[in-house]
Amino acid sequence: MRHVISAVVQNVPGVLAHVSGMLASRGYNIDSLAVGETEDSALSRMTFVVVGDDKVVEQVRKQLEKIVTVVHVHDVSSQDYVERDLMLVKVAAEIGTKRTEIRELVDIFRGRIVDVGYADVIVEISGQESKVQAFIERIRPFGILELVRTGRIAMVRGSHTPQQELPDSASEVEFVA
Amino acid sequence: MIYGEVLGMSTQSAPQKNPQKNPQNDSVKNVRATTVMSGAEIVVKSIVDHGVDTIFAYPGGCSMPMHQALTRYADQLRTILPRHEQGGAFAAQGLARSTGKVGVVMATSGPGATNLVTAIADAKMDSIPLVAITGQVPTDVIGTDAFQETPMVEICRGITKHHYLVTKTDDIARVMKEAFHIATTGRPGPVLVDLPKDVQMDKCEVDWDVPMNLPGYRVTKRPNARPEQIRQMAAAIKHSKRPIIYCGGGIITGEASAELRELAEKTGIPVTMTVMGLGVYPADGPLSLDMLGMHGSAYSNYSVRDCDLLIALGVRFDDRVTGRLSEFAKHAKIIHVDVDPSELNKNKTAHISVGSDIKFALTELNKIVEAPEDISEWKKQCFALKAKHPFTYDQNFDGILQQHAIRTLSEMTKDRETYVTVGVGQHQMWAAQFFQFRKPRQWLSSSGLGTMGFGLPAAMGVQAAHPGALVIDIDGDGSFQMNIQELATLHCEKLPVKVLLLNNQHLGMVVQWEDRFEGANRAHTYLGPIDHEEASGTGKTEAHSFVEERYPNFVQIAKGYGCGGGTVRKRSDLKAALEEMINHPGAYVLDVQVPYQEHVLPMIPSKKTVDDMILS
Repeated sequence: MRHVISAVVQNVPGVLAHVSGMLASRGYNIDSLAVGETEDSALSRMTFVVVGDDKVVEQVRKQLEKIVTVVHVHDVSSQDYVERDLMLVKVAAEIGTKRTEIRELVDIFRGRIVDVGYADVIVEISGQESKVQAFIERIRPFGILELVRTGRIAMVRGSHTPQQELPDSASEVEFVA
Repeated sequence: MIYGEVLGMSTQSAPQKNPQKNPQNDSVKNVRATTVMSGAEIVVKSIVDHGVDTIFAYPGGCSMPMHQALTRYADQLRTILPRHEQGGAFAAQGLARSTGKVGVVMATSGPGATNLVTAIADAKMDSIPLVAITGQVPTDVIGTDAFQETPMVEICRGITKHHYLVTKTDDIARVMKEAFHIATTGRPGPVLVDLPKDVQMDKCEVDWDVPMNLPGYRVTKRPNARPEQIRQMAAAIKHSKRPIIYCGGGIITGEASAELRELAEKTGIPVTMTVMGLGVYPADGPLSLDMLGMHGSAYSNYSVRDCDLLIALGVRFDDRVTGRLSEFAKHAKIIHVDVDPSELNKNKTAHISVGSDIKFALTELNKIVEAPEDISEWKKQCFALKAKHPFTYDQNFDGILQQHAIRTLSEMTKDRETYVTVGVGQHQMWAAQFFQFRKPRQWLSSSGLGTMGFGLPAAMGVQAAHPGALVIDIDGDGSFQMNIQELATLHCEKLPVKVLLLNNQHLGMVVQWEDRFEGANRAHTYLGPIDHEEASGTGKTEAHSFVEERYPNFVQIAKGYGCGGGTVRKRSDLKAALEEMINHPGAYVLDVQVPYQEHVLPMIPSKKTVDDMILS
C-alpha cells in the first residue's frame, strides 16, 4: 500500500537530518521526500511517500510523532487529497521535426517548454505521479539528458486543515506545550 | 504557563517537579531576573534549580568554564569526578535509576563527549532520564575539524530523546528548561545539550521565566486511558480463564508498583516480570512467577505460552522476552498499556491497546476490576510448574558456584536496604534469577543495550544518592574490567560500594553460546594470557573444573586503588567472606573464584519458542 504522509516540523537546523536518519535507521522504505517552508516561517512541511502495509505506516507515523521537533503528522492519503510532483526534464532536440513532436507531446501532457537550447529543450511537467511517469516514458525515445523531480507534495481537499485535528485513536495524545 | 501542569504529572519527585513554586527559588529568581550571568553559570544554576544535588563531571578545555561555575555552587551541588566519562554517565544513570530523579553528567568536547555515547544510548534503550551536557569548540571554529571537535548532535541523533547545539547564550535558560522537561516526562530518556565554549563564556541578562518552545512535544496527559478502555480491560480480565500479568520497567518509571500489586491481589492473577521490571512485584510474593524470557523461569514461559489473556503493562515485547514473535502468547488475547504510543502494536498486535500513563490506568482499573470467575485450576497449574522447575544449581560442589554466591548474598542482605547493580552476561542473568528483589529501583541492569561495564559506575551513582544503603555491584571479571578505573572514584569520593566479583576468567555468556552452538570452540573468550591452554579451549572441560592460574590479581588492584579486597574459593568460606565485604567501611572487592563451565538455564535460544527451551 502506498501512503502519503505529511509532517509539520519546527523550522530548526537538523530536523531534516533527524527525520531522514530515523526513517533510514528503522528501515522504512521511503519513495519520495519533499521539504519546504509553510505559511508560518517557524514551521516547515515534509511530505513522504511510504510504501508498506498499515502496520508499517502506523509505526512510521508514531515514530515521526515521537521526534520532539515534529509538530504534527497526518496520513493525507487516508482522505480525499490532491497530489503533485514537479519535474524538469532536459530532452535532446536537434533543430528539425523532433522539436515539433516534442512540443505536441508537451501540450498533450499540459507541460511547458521553459528553455530552448541549440540541441535541447527543458520541459516542465507537473501532476500526479502516474502522469509524470507516463510523460517520461513517452519522451524517453527522444533522449533524456537530465531529469529532476521535486518529490511528491500533497494537500487534503476542503477547508479542514490537518492541524485542527487531534491525532487518532491508538495514540491518545494531546498538545500540552 | 502550562509547564507546571505538565510537570505535575511527571513521575519525578518533588524537588525538580516545580522549581518555580519553591518560595526560596522565587526570591532568588527575583534577584536573578535582572542579573547578567555567563552561559556557564546559567547552565549550573539551571541544574541546581531543577533540584539536582549531584553531578558527575569530567573537565577538559571546552568545558572548563562550566567547571569553574560548578565550584561556585559547591554547597548546593556535589560534583563527583569520575575516572572516565563513561563511568560518569553510568553513575548518573545509577542515581536516576535508583531514585527516579534525573541524572546529570558533563564532559568536554571531542573524546570526552564521545565517551558518553554508550551510556546515552543505554539510557535511551532503558528509558532513563538523563541530561548530558557536553562542551563544544567555539562557534567560530565549528565545522573546521578543530582540536577536540566532534559533531555531537550529529552522533547522538538516533540515541537521544532530544538534543541541542546551543549557539546563543540567550538560549541556554530555555534549552535547559526544555532539556529537563523532555528528559523526565512521558517516556523518559536522555537529552544532550552541546555547549560551545564561547557560548559558555558570553554573558547575557537571564530570563528565568522564558517559556519553552516545544510545539511538537506531547506527553500523554492524565487522565488518559479512556473510561471505555478501562471497562474493556476489566471485562477481559473478568472473562479470562487463564490470565497472566506481564509487567516491566514502565511500572517502575511510572511509580505504579503499588497499583500493580493491588491489581494482582484483587484479581489473584499470577505476575511475571521482565528484567527491567524485577522488584515491581516481590520475588517471594504469593503470585510471583519471577522473570520471563530467554533466561526467565520455565514456569513463567510455560504460563505465558498457555495463557488466554496476557496483561502487558509497561513493557515493549522485546525479542529477549518473546523469542519467536508469532509463537509468543499465541493463544492469548493481549491487553497492552504503555505511555509510549509507538510501542503499541509495534512487535505484537494487541487486542486492547491503551496509550496511557500506567499509574493512572491501573488506578482506574483497580476501581472497577473484579477477579476472574474461576482461575483456581489455572493458578494450580502455574504454581505446580513453579514447584517442578525451580531455578536450581549443583548443591554438592564444595567450591562456589555463581548462583550459590548470589543466593547467599540475597539471603544475608534481605533485611537491609540493599541495591544491586550488574554488568552484562551470565552473572547478570544469575543475579536476576537468584537475588530476590522485593522493591522497585533496587535492581539496576543495563537491560536493553546490554552494556558491559555498567555495574561499577552505576553502583557509584546509587551510593552517592543513598549514602547509608548497602550498594553491591555483582559483576563478572569481563564487565568489571571495562570500568575498573572507577575504583579510584569510589575511594576518593568515599563511596563504600561493594563488588561481588564472580571471577571465572572467561566471557561466560559467550562461552555458553560457544558450548551450545559452536561445538565449544573458544573464540577469544578467555581473559588470561594467550599462551594459556584455556585460551585455545584445550584446558579441562569437566563440570566445575577450575582455571588455577588467575589473571589479573584483582585484590592487588583493589588495594592499589585504596579499596579493601579479599579472595574466596571454597563454599565453606563464602559466608565469612561476604560478611567481611559487607562490613568493610569503604569500597571493597570480593574476588570470588568460580568455575566457568556453568550455563545459565533455562534458556530459550534466539528466535526459538518456549517448546525449544533448554532446561539442563
